[in-house]
Formats: sequence, structure tokens, C-alpha cells
Amino acid sequence: MLIRKHGTHDIRSSEITPESVFVNRRTFLERSTKIGLAAAFAPGVLAACDRSANTANAASSVPVPGEPSQDVDWSRMRSELGEELNSYEAVTTYNNFYEFGTGKEDPARNAHTLEPRPWSIAVEGEVAKPAVYDLEDFLSPVRLEDRVYRLRCVEAWSMVIPWRGFALADLIRRVEPTGNARFVEFTTLNDPEQMPGQRRNVLPWPYVEGLRMDEANHPLTMLVTGVYGRELPNQNGAPLRLIVPWKYGFKGVKSIVKIRFVRDMPATTWAIVAPDEYGFYANVNPEVDHPRWSQATERRIGEFRRRETLPFNGYGNQVASMYAGMDPRTLY
Amino acid sequence: MALSRKQRVVAKTVVWIAALTPAALLAWDFWRGNLSVNPIEDITNRTGWWTLTLLSVTLAITPVRRLTGRHDIVRFRRLIGLFAFFYGTLHLLTYIVLDRYFAFGTLLEDIAERPFITVGFATWLILLSLALTSTRGWIRRLGKKWRRLHRGVYVAAVLGTIHFYWGVKADTREPLWFMGIVAVLLLARLPAVRRMAGSVRARRRSAGERVSAGRRSEPLTP
Repeated sequence: MLIRKHGTHDIRSSEITPESVFVNRRTFLERSTKIGLAAAFAPGVLAACDRSANTANAASSVPVPGEPSQDVDWSRMRSELGEELNSYEAVTTYNNFYEFGTGKEDPARNAHTLEPRPWSIAVEGEVAKPAVYDLEDFLSPVRLEDRVYRLRCVEAWSMVIPWRGFALADLIRRVEPTGNARFVEFTTLNDPEQMPGQRRNVLPWPYVEGLRMDEANHPLTMLVTGVYGRELPNQNGAPLRLIVPWKYGFKGVKSIVKIRFVRDMPATTWAIVAPDEYGFYANVNPEVDHPRWSQATERRIGEFRRRETLPFNGYGNQVASMYAGMDPRTLY
Repeated sequence: MALSRKQRVVAKTVVWIAALTPAALLAWDFWRGNLSVNPIEDITNRTGWWTLTLLSVTLAITPVRRLTGRHDIVRFRRLIGLFAFFYGTLHLLTYIVLDRYFAFGTLLEDIAERPFITVGFATWLILLSLALTSTRGWIRRLGKKWRRLHRGVYVAAVLGTIHFYWGVKADTREPLWFMGIVAVLLLARLPAVRRMAGSVRARRRSAGERVSAGRRSEPLTP
């Protein structure tokens, strides 16, 4: 679009929204209220009311924001490869978020029990400034931006999604990791009250994901607070989630409460459950099949014919160099 | 107390309607846009689920017959088994046509290299062979061999549940349910278990309950 930079580590211009769309958090809040987007914040409020009133009928308090924000013409937005966006409906009704059930449509149905406000995030481990942040404080210094990324699920489907968030690298700079920090570990909320799916041991809770430091610092790696210009709906991982577009979707840990800088490679959830099927790196790789299905092609949600899967989900020119010399077979 | 001709017609009509309802509902949901944004996945899952369900119902008929003495229900076994094959075929066609769109190269690779798919395909092949030989003519032609061949339904049921189990990512509840049901239905065929069931019936009879004497022309056993 407007900004054009070149170089292997650049974010493609089309992945970056024009300056006019950049919003820091404060103006975002103002604007949201102004154009009547208060609904975006209502779930938490209503859920709180609901709890104090002690009503069992939580389902009545599910004003999931039903449409994209109106401050951007989303219909004209494309990925850097010219791909159209998946609909807001697709993005918010078809989710893997086992904390709210293992069916794709379960999270949209069940995630109203999550209370994304108030929320705190612990930053700990090998950092000069460990702290527990209130979400508002955590976000106040950052500048949110919209970026269109492909999301490739390990189950061989994909979407194109306009996330709103900021580079994880910005946070890493702020908290000053020590020289011992070689990996970052992210942990999802563990609260069966709010996350009914955690009452069964489908996965070992809480959900944990991780990145190597260079991956975490890569400019494509994003902490996400919104989608389609809205605050993240609960089923998409409110209020804060990770997005690493060249990796399979399960790396994108949702509803993060802890970010820990560590020396050793963290034990991550799916790699614990099925180490031969899900690795730590989990880079999108059409050459390395999942033991039970091929990863060579994928179904873009909304399309009939399958597409070829791109190495590194199409971000190879920006990220492949990080894995030079590593055996791609170990990168599943 | 065998069914009258009229009762049989009514009962068969009910079976037809009941067995076609899931397909009709699926078509309706597709038409109305009630499926998820990945409808092919929904169609695959639902046709697979109904294949296993109807296979289980087919397998349940013999034990239920023995337990209740209602031998006439065996009339519906072939029909229900054929409907299991019908849903299994829809399931396979969904995969070949909707999911892969006739990409036979990758289909063959899948069947050869992925146990999950190999097992699913083997299940369908067994059901196909049973469906093809389910006619009166083939029963007569194969004689004793027919019974042996049609014990393949046990193998199909076991393989079908394994296919389901291997197909899910982490939530194994439903496949385990099916495995449990199939296991019970197969165990019910063991002679020891049959004797136990027989003694239950004998007790009931001696307790004066009205139990069908059963028709002497014992139907085929699998």
C-alpha cells in the first residue's frame, strides 16, 4: 500500500496498513466508542453482571461483536500475494480452541464464559524487568497495526486474516531479556471456571507454546489483540494471543497470561501430546507430511479446490534464513 | 408372533425413513448454510459417524434378537447393513470428490502410506463386498461360504472404529464410545455369553413372561 521497503527481513508493504489506520490504543478506544463499537467491550461487562446476578443463563449474555469495524474498508484489503480476506464470520466461528471444546464451532458457542477484563500478564524468567502487568498497562506503550496474514492450520485448512496487534519484538525490547534467554514460553489461562473445556484432560492444561529468541524477535511475529479492527472475540484468544504466520496455527497460543524467557527449549503442549506429529518448530512445510495426512495441499476456507501449501506458508523469503543449516525434517 | 405382511411393510418403511433421515438432514443443513464454514469437513464427519452407527445397529440385531426372542427383527438386518454401506460410500465419495477432487495420485498415496486412510478404505472394501453379495442369488450361490464372507462385517466394524480413532487429533471420546459398543456387540456373540443370555431368557420364560417361542426357520447367523 503506502509504505514500501525492501530487503529480506522487510514486511511486505501490503501487510501493513496505511498510516491513517494505525491507531494507538487510546485513540482506538476513543474511536471505538465514538462509532458505537462499545459492543466490542460488552462481553466482559455483561459477563461480570451475569456473575454478580448469579444467573445460570450465561448464554443470554453473548453479544459477540458480529461484524468488522467500520474504520477500514476490509473488502479491499488483500494479502501481499493478492489473496482476499476470509470473512469475519469464518474467522470467528471456525476455531480450534480446545479450552472451549474440541469441535470447530464450540469456541464460538462456549467462549462467552471467558472474562478478558480485567486481565494480567506475567513477564518472568531471564529478563531484567520481570513484572506482572495489567493488560491496559501492558498495551499502553504499543502502537497497534493491522496486518493481513495467512493462517495455515496443521489440519490442512487455511484462512487469510487481518489481525490487529504489534510486533512481539517491541515487547521483548521493553522487558530486556538477559543473555541467558534463548527461548520464550507462552502460557494460556488455566481456569476451568472460565474455560469449560479444561474440565476434561483432552490436553495437558494449561496450553503452552514457545519460540526461539530469533523467531520471537522476527518482525513478522505478532502479539495480537484484535481482528478485523475489533477487539479479539473470546473464541479467537482474547485478550492477547500470539501469531507466527510461517508456522502451523497451533503455535498461536491464545488468551496468554504468562510470557517467560528461558534457557532451554520449552516443552510445548502438542509436542508433549504427540511428539512424532507435532514438533517444536512446526514451520509450515509441504514436504514434511503429518503422519496421518499430507501437508502438500490445503483447503482455503471458502474455496472448493485445494491449494498448494507454500513453504513457510509463503513467508520463506523473510524467515528461511533463520533455519539455515538445520535439518528441515526436524522442523515439522 | 411373526409380523403380518402389512406390519412388515410398515416396519420396512419406517426403517427406510429413519435411515435416510440423517442424509436428508445433512442435505438440508448444507442447503440452508447451517454447516460450518468448512462444510466438506462436516459432511465427511457426519457420513462417517452414520456409517459406524448403522454398522453398530446391524451388529446389534443378532444379540437383541437372542435376548428378546424377537426373531423377526432379523428381516431388517440386511437393509440396515446396506444403509451402513450407503453412508460409507457417501463418506468415501466426499473424500474423493469434494475433498480431493479426483486427485487420484494423492488419493493412492494416501491409501498406501497413511494407515488411517488405508484402514478406512479397507473398511469400505469389505462393506462393498458384503453389499454386492447380499442378494438372494449370491446367498444361494455361495452357500456356506456366504456365512464366512459375511463375518467380514465384524472386521469392518473394528477397522471402522480404528479409522475413526486414528482420525481424531486429541478428543478420542467418540471413537472410544464406538469401540466400546462394537466390543460389547462382538462379545455378545461368544458362546459363553450366549449361554448366559439363554439362561436369562429361560428364567424369564419360567417366570411366566410371555416370550416369543421364536420361529423355527432360524435365519442366518452373523
